[in-house]
Amino acid sequence: MQYLNAFWVGGLICAIAQILIDKTKLTPARILVLFVVTGTVLGGLGLYEPIVNFAGAGATVPIVGFGNVLAQGAIKGVDEQGFLGILTGGARAAAGGITASIVFGFLMALFFKPKIKS
Amino acid sequence: MGKRIGKQTVRLEHPVGILASASIAGQKEKDGPLGSDFDVIMADAEWNEETWEKTESKMQKEAVRLAIQKAGLALSDMHYIFAGDLLNQCIGAGFGLRELHIPYFGIYGACSTMIEGLSLASMLIDGGFADHAVAVTSSHFCTAERQYRMPLEYGGQRTPTAQWTVTGSGAAVLGKTVDVPHITHITTGKIMDMGVKDANNMGGAMAPAAFDTLLTHFQDTGLSPADYDLILTGDLGTVGRDVLIDLMQNEGFDITDNYNDGGCMIYDLDTQDVHAGGSGCGCIASVLCGHILPAMQRGEFRRILAIGTGALLSTTSGLQGESVPGIAHLVAISGKE
Amino acid sequence: MQYTKQEYLKYLEQKSPNSPLWKDTIFAFLFGGGICTIGQFFLNLYQNTFSMDSEMARTAVSITMIFLGALLTGLDIYCKLAKYAGAGTLVPITGFANAIVSPAIEFKKEGLVLGLASKMFVIAGPVLVYGITASAGVGLIYFIIKQLGG
Repeated sequence: MQYLNAFWVGGLICAIAQILIDKTKLTPARILVLFVVTGTVLGGLGLYEPIVNFAGAGATVPIVGFGNVLAQGAIKGVDEQGFLGILTGGARAAAGGITASIVFGFLMALFFKPKIKS
Repeated sequence: MGKRIGKQTVRLEHPVGILASASIAGQKEKDGPLGSDFDVIMADAEWNEETWEKTESKMQKEAVRLAIQKAGLALSDMHYIFAGDLLNQCIGAGFGLRELHIPYFGIYGACSTMIEGLSLASMLIDGGFADHAVAVTSSHFCTAERQYRMPLEYGGQRTPTAQWTVTGSGAAVLGKTVDVPHITHITTGKIMDMGVKDANNMGGAMAPAAFDTLLTHFQDTGLSPADYDLILTGDLGTVGRDVLIDLMQNEGFDITDNYNDGGCMIYDLDTQDVHAGGSGCGCIASVLCGHILPAMQRGEFRRILAIGTGALLSTTSGLQGESVPGIAHLVAISGKE
Repeated sequence: MQYTKQEYLKYLEQKSPNSPLWKDTIFAFLFGGGICTIGQFFLNLYQNTFSMDSEMARTAVSITMIFLGALLTGLDIYCKLAKYAGAGTLVPITGFANAIVSPAIEFKKEGLVLGLASKMFVIAGPVLVYGITASAGVGLIYFIIKQLGG
């Protein structure tokens, strides 16, 4: 059941993005920005956690979930550190993902060469 | 005087012969319908160079060398070379041709550059300013992608109207003779901008320019499509090709019988996943120099029109929300007499 | 020219083939759902087998998926999947990794500092800029509400 919910919720989020790309001529970069900000706003309003509880990775793996992590982090930051937490909370919660992207990105770039498409 | 006819056309007093031409292409182009026509096929995208920019430079250099060699001439016989490409500051030409020591005019007309070069070179020769001149251009899928679009490994989806940048180069050596296919007329195009903003629909952006130049050519010369065996546009792709046919039809010119587009010819559109067809400076350069001119030499075409089509955009203009201005230059080529 | 600019754009629109919406959307759904299902497998693994709490497990899943996205990008596989998957490979966090790794690999030729490193965020940077800025906005609003009486 967990797997099924992860599949259809995650798939649905991607399908919405695809419809936006095909129908509105929004570029993929804009879609990603839109989705991450949407996730942050939904997370801030406490509306995203129920989706995470229902769909698990179906809600956390899409970039919307990254926005939610940032928002939850900011709220937690304010709870723990007060005003300072506004600036430290979001990035602290997302630190694992950001650092992993940079480190893996760096290593992959050292090891691999780009290839022409056929 | 007497060389200009109509608004934008020049009739050369002494037609300028295309003494020889050479073409270089990549693996995907080899797999296309014209694959066996190219003089040199590169084994891979790198062609033993460190960067793709270096590869593209080498393509221009080797195409020029080969064309001059086929003409039975020496580098030192060349009075001028006209060259350009799609890379910023035309580094394909600037770096590729630096060791050839031929007086160099760098030109930029986006994908119309080959025909622009042929136009200028033949006017110089007809004007008596040169005995021999070369025109060359190139494009490379990998250099164009990284400059205009996304990194190669980026996971993006192309739209159905997008075109595929041809990895290819073509060079032509011009001189004073009519024993070979020769340029008789030149119609220089105006910049046409119909407000198309979609950089993934180049054919649609360039078709009005091709239309304007072609129509002006017929008006200036009094000729009609029936006077030519082939009307060849550079890289309008399927969308631009169909648009051009419509636009000409609306003006009372039926070009369906003898019209084709380099971008539609160079790939097998059904099997090669190139969406609307090929594009790039190297598209018409390699199709013309590899396929059409040798066919004219064999007598397969008597008179043709070659129209180079270019989109004069940059990544900056695109990001700033500008539309895509189009340009199209035309040369009329007759078979050997 | 027989058309005004507006007329031409309208004509061109009708002349240009559209993206195959149904096919694209179904593929995006299947690939996107598939990637999330793989994520769920790791989530279960980390929670059940490695007994991580849910927050830690979620972070570990993100890191795992980013690694997989980065590796498949380096192996020249991710862009081939994306040709069919569209948003299905764009929206999952693996797509974020692809957006970081692909320019890093591409621009290595321009040097390790001004090529690889400085181009790394040329595509993915906006996600961090707007995501983190939005999170500071959420934090600020939450802080104000808390001060007012929460």
